[in-house]
Amino acid sequence: MAGGDELKLLGMWASPFVLRVQLALSLKGLSYEYVEEDLKNKSELLLKSNPVHNKVPVLLHNGKPICESSIIVQYIDEAFSGTGPSLIPADPYERALARFWAAYVDDKMLAAWNQSSRGKTEEERAEGKKQSAVAVENLEGALRECGKGKPFFGGDSVGYVDVMLGGLLGWVRAAEELQGVKHFDPARTPLLAAWAESFGALDAIRPVMHDVNRLVEFGKMLQARQAAAAAGAGN
Amino acid sequence: MNHQDEKDKVKLFGIRSSPYVLKVIWALRIKGVKYDYIEEDLGNKSDLLLEYNPVHKKVPVLVYQGKPIAESEVILEFIDEAWKHCGDPILPEDPYERAMTRFWARFGSDKLSPPIWKWFTTQGQEQEDAYAAAIEQLLVLEKELCGKRFFAGEKIGFVDLSLGSLAYVIPIYEEITGVKMITEETFPSLTAWMGNFQSSPVVKDHLPPLDKLQLRLFTPAEAAWPV
Repeated sequence: MAGGDELKLLGMWASPFVLRVQLALSLKGLSYEYVEEDLKNKSELLLKSNPVHNKVPVLLHNGKPICESSIIVQYIDEAFSGTGPSLIPADPYERALARFWAAYVDDKMLAAWNQSSRGKTEEERAEGKKQSAVAVENLEGALRECGKGKPFFGGDSVGYVDVMLGGLLGWVRAAEELQGVKHFDPARTPLLAAWAESFGALDAIRPVMHDVNRLVEFGKMLQARQAAAAAGAGN
Repeated sequence: MNHQDEKDKVKLFGIRSSPYVLKVIWALRIKGVKYDYIEEDLGNKSDLLLEYNPVHKKVPVLVYQGKPIAESEVILEFIDEAWKHCGDPILPEDPYERAMTRFWARFGSDKLSPPIWKWFTTQGQEQEDAYAAAIEQLLVLEKELCGKRFFAGEKIGFVDLSLGSLAYVIPIYEEITGVKMITEETFPSLTAWMGNFQSSPVVKDHLPPLDKLQLRLFTPAEAAWPV
């Protein structure tokens, strides 16, 4: 690789998707410049770098933008394959399993969590809650299958699925206070509960993770705003 | 590679009209991989399908050396990697090009499919708004394609496979609604791409039964987004 790899990450402090990228960069031991975006007043650079979605995270590598957290994490692993640990396994079948479960985290589990808290009707939210329980149970099974008795989805060390799920952990903890819900209940999903502890304790992970109290405050503010909008809409 | 060995056998569970299944069939053809095809009845799923895909219970499922892989995009990357030295590459080698490829493949389902489906299934203002939204996203795609034969260049690749069903679905929608969406004047590259895609050796003769597809789209109960 040419000398002088410049990495810049456009992000927002509370975003779990941005956090995923930070976790990956930290695990690989890569240094980067972090730029906090004001999502109500997006920078020229963000709009230019992600014209399709106008969203964070965006990683700029020597000025070239990469968007979407799962795409960015895979890019980091591939572009810096000689640096730090590998996040994605080498074997094609293991890689397929990792990609499958990483997609599952967003497409099924996160979607269900969002529906359970933000669904417009009581019915929708109840369905979301039901789907959340199924999704978390499936992930517990995945950890058992991929981890094979080891602490992480990647086995002895952290991998792609760990990073994709790990970015959500701050919000998982915040949800206990905000929604009174425990997503990784040790009674129902002991492996995931243990995983959350192990993951959060890693040296490369701990300093980067979200401040849960700050997320709770932020979450309460969002809830208040949502309630006000709903009340206003009813007038 | 000896496909006669049981352990090397490739099995694909699918339904002939599903664009997700077709993507996998086209990918296997790019690599020249022989496979056994099992047509599923989604109203009466086989025990094998449920065993191989307990999480989603959907097609396509690819089974290789006894191990199942589900989710079409995951299967496509697997095919590219497991048969790396056969046929043509499906994804590029360069990490940045791979990132761009994955981004544009997702663009179809994230940004394009929803307004196109909305346009087809609604009326009045909602339909007009959906049409405008679809055109906006198609213009983005037109710019990305920019005169290339395929999104991947000279040969079909990952993005072409992901967006491919648009090539045959949109003309059907246009015929049913009586409204043109992809006109040659506004979308010269996409118009050419649709023709190139459908007539390419990988895809030709491996399209869904289009008359059955039209029937499915007409029956509200069965109408489901086919892209």
